[in-house]
Amino acid sequence: MSALQQAVDGEAILAVRDLSFYYGDFRGLNQVSLDILKNKVTAFIGPSGCGKSTLLRTFNRMYDLYPGQRAEGQIIFHGSNLLDRKQDVNLLRARIGMVFQKPTPFPMTIYENIAFGVRLYEPLAKSDMDERVEWALRKAALWEETRNKLQQSGLSLSGGQQQRLCIARTIAVKPDVVLLDEPTSALDPLSTAKIEELINELKSEYSIAIVTHNMQQAARISDYTAFMYIGELIEFGNTRELFVKPKQQHTEDYITGRFG
Amino acid sequence: MNRYSRRILTNRIGIGLSMAAMTFGLLALLWILWTLFYNGFAALSWDLFTQDTPAPGSEGGGLRNAIVGSLLIVGVTTLVSTPIGILAGIYLAEFGSRSRFAATTRFVTDIMLSAPSIVVGLFVYALAVATLGGFSGWAGSLALSLIAIPVVVRTTENMLLLVPGSLREAAFAVGAPHWQVSLKVTLPAVKAGVLTGILLAIARVTGETAPLLFTALNNQFYSTDMSQPMGNLPVVIFQFAMSPYDNWVNLAWGGALLIALMVLAINIVARVLFRKKSSD
Amino acid sequence: MSAVMMTSQPVSLDLQARQVRKFKLQDTIFHQVTLLFAMIVLAALAGILIALALEALPAFREFGAAFLWTNVWNVPEEQFGALSAIYGTVVSSVIALFIAVPVSFGIALFLTETCPVWLRRPLGTAIELLAGVPSIIYGIWGLFVFAPLFARHVQPYLQTLFGDLPVIGGWFAGPPIGVGILTAGIVLSLMVIPFVASVMRDVFETVPAQLKESAYGIGCTTWEVVTGVVLPYTRVGVIGGIMLGLGRALGETMAVTFVIGNANRIVGSLFAPGTSIASTLANEFGEANPGLHISALFALGLVLFVITFVVLAISRWLVRRGIARQGI
Repeated sequence: MSALQQAVDGEAILAVRDLSFYYGDFRGLNQVSLDILKNKVTAFIGPSGCGKSTLLRTFNRMYDLYPGQRAEGQIIFHGSNLLDRKQDVNLLRARIGMVFQKPTPFPMTIYENIAFGVRLYEPLAKSDMDERVEWALRKAALWEETRNKLQQSGLSLSGGQQQRLCIARTIAVKPDVVLLDEPTSALDPLSTAKIEELINELKSEYSIAIVTHNMQQAARISDYTAFMYIGELIEFGNTRELFVKPKQQHTEDYITGRFG
Repeated sequence: MNRYSRRILTNRIGIGLSMAAMTFGLLALLWILWTLFYNGFAALSWDLFTQDTPAPGSEGGGLRNAIVGSLLIVGVTTLVSTPIGILAGIYLAEFGSRSRFAATTRFVTDIMLSAPSIVVGLFVYALAVATLGGFSGWAGSLALSLIAIPVVVRTTENMLLLVPGSLREAAFAVGAPHWQVSLKVTLPAVKAGVLTGILLAIARVTGETAPLLFTALNNQFYSTDMSQPMGNLPVVIFQFAMSPYDNWVNLAWGGALLIALMVLAINIVARVLFRKKSSD
Repeated sequence: MSAVMMTSQPVSLDLQARQVRKFKLQDTIFHQVTLLFAMIVLAALAGILIALALEALPAFREFGAAFLWTNVWNVPEEQFGALSAIYGTVVSSVIALFIAVPVSFGIALFLTETCPVWLRRPLGTAIELLAGVPSIIYGIWGLFVFAPLFARHVQPYLQTLFGDLPVIGGWFAGPPIGVGILTAGIVLSLMVIPFVASVMRDVFETVPAQLKESAYGIGCTTWEVVTGVVLPYTRVGVIGGIMLGLGRALGETMAVTFVIGNANRIVGSLFAPGTSIASTLANEFGEANPGLHISALFALGLVLFVITFVVLAISRWLVRRGIARQGI
């Protein structure tokens, strides 16, 4: 049941080929192949434990932090395999940003939260940095709420605001790809709506991959959807098609709520 | 019914005994504190802070040299043990998840937390006093540092391990190098907890007497020269309490009160600090 | 590798490559520096062992292993044996635990099971604060307050009570002078009670609420829950906590030195003055003669360190195991 060639056309920013992933001896992903398209939103759905978060975390090699976890296969990013040992992970992560399930503001001011990542690879003058911070906060629809308290701690914001701060922080570095790992599952419906709106606006400039446990969310915001089950990619394609007439029985069972 | 009432009786006796133990413990400890406060406050006077320790047989006197000496020795100890303890704690938390070296270090640190402090004094005597020109304030600080460092190491590590994995990952996710993740994100995130550990270490060494006996020794005169033997409250209390002179014994109580108040104050500040942080 | 990274980036390739190299170097330094500091802690322990062993060497060379079981401590004649100090150390610590364990258990039981909720926190905090009181405070209280009272009121009473019994009578023989091994044990017990009690309380609190609730649910009394569920569940941790207290008591200097009487001999009576390793060191080291005397004192220190090391190692192992078990 190979899902290798799916009907997805366009310029791929990330081309995943035969990717397998291991936690020690346990195989978390099995021979996954798909394309993350440029300036599109790709959603990953599936029951918990299906490997969707695992897949997302291979894109910025987050698993490198944990001994015993390893990936095999290829993920082509700008012409080279990012799983390659020679790939510098710090630089890779600056190019492929990530937002987490729970808001993770750094223990510093709102301003510094954003400047922290920018400063790593871009030596900006104070005025340029001010501009960049404002730009990022505007992009994340957070500027109006924070313009007068940039020097306050990022932890002083509400949960939804914190999550938008994390998005601002991620895009401030101007990455090519933004990975979102269930970014709204810890938020209330109002904050969720704001974040979804934001994702919609961001896709004109960024390629976005989002993991969500919420199928309606995937249907609302994504252009392409991948359905995963027990470490396998079961079906991948245009979101509308996948939800309206899924090709696989498994997918249909899942999206109609028969299991999961 | 007989069996049931016997069970109830056993329960009553057990609970009664536990309450008696609590009462006994509290009363004994209140008794100790009461004596300390009663005798200590009687000994408190302006002279205690402005005069130096008296010579044998002379009247009056104070603890100025010992207070200043203690502050200096403990101050240097804090300055030495804080960076060492924090960096070692970072190593254990960041790089020490699987290595045997880290496991050994962790084990040894645990042991050092409760190791006899007088043995640390012996060690510093053999290491520094006997080889490098005699008793000194520096030697005293070195001995106290060896006691303080394990406290800082373990609290730092434990606090860092409490940092949510996602915060750590988020810092890596913007492309930050490991040292910036540690020093600019995870460590600041547990600032209050680490500070609590440092305060507890200071409280611990403030009252330590045994390791100072053969390192800092004592000095009857006012001195701020750390390379010389140095007066300090615990050793003065020890010597004066065992002495036949009334004014010395009196000063010992005064000194004991000062130390106890200082230790209690630091402990309370540490607790308040930590509680405020954990309720955030 | 980074040529491809450049697309759509305003930052120059050169700069990024330089940053990457810089971060790599900084991270290596960071790793090595923290490693170095971790090594300092290990080195301290190794240093203590080596230094003590080296300094103790002359004494062991002179007296051999018999140093450990010879009951003599004669400074002018330079004859030394550790037995009286080991005896005093062990006996005072055993007395201390004999008192401290039941009392601490009672306190921990009270704090976790029967104490009204509003009192739990203040009482628990009070116990923890008392665990932080410097031991010298206990020592000076023991010398000036407890020992005289003990000599006047308790010791004569104990003698009339037990004096005529065989064996036990011997423990309470001799003049009631207040200071002595028994007094040292009692003062030590007061010092370790807050410590052992707070460890036990922490261990008791690891028992899952459902476990206790199901025992209460079948009609157990509080006492039955404690002896039938809490204690078996936490056994390993409780023993570890007791061993930790023992480690503290064995190595304690100040709470003991003031009240043990400082006599280098072994007398059957617990009323008699004795000495412990730590108090011998505190009393004699400062004015010890270079040579055999100081070496013998180092040998005592080595003995103390080895004993406490073993006790603490076992206790840490047990506490760890207790906590690991609760994690299952």
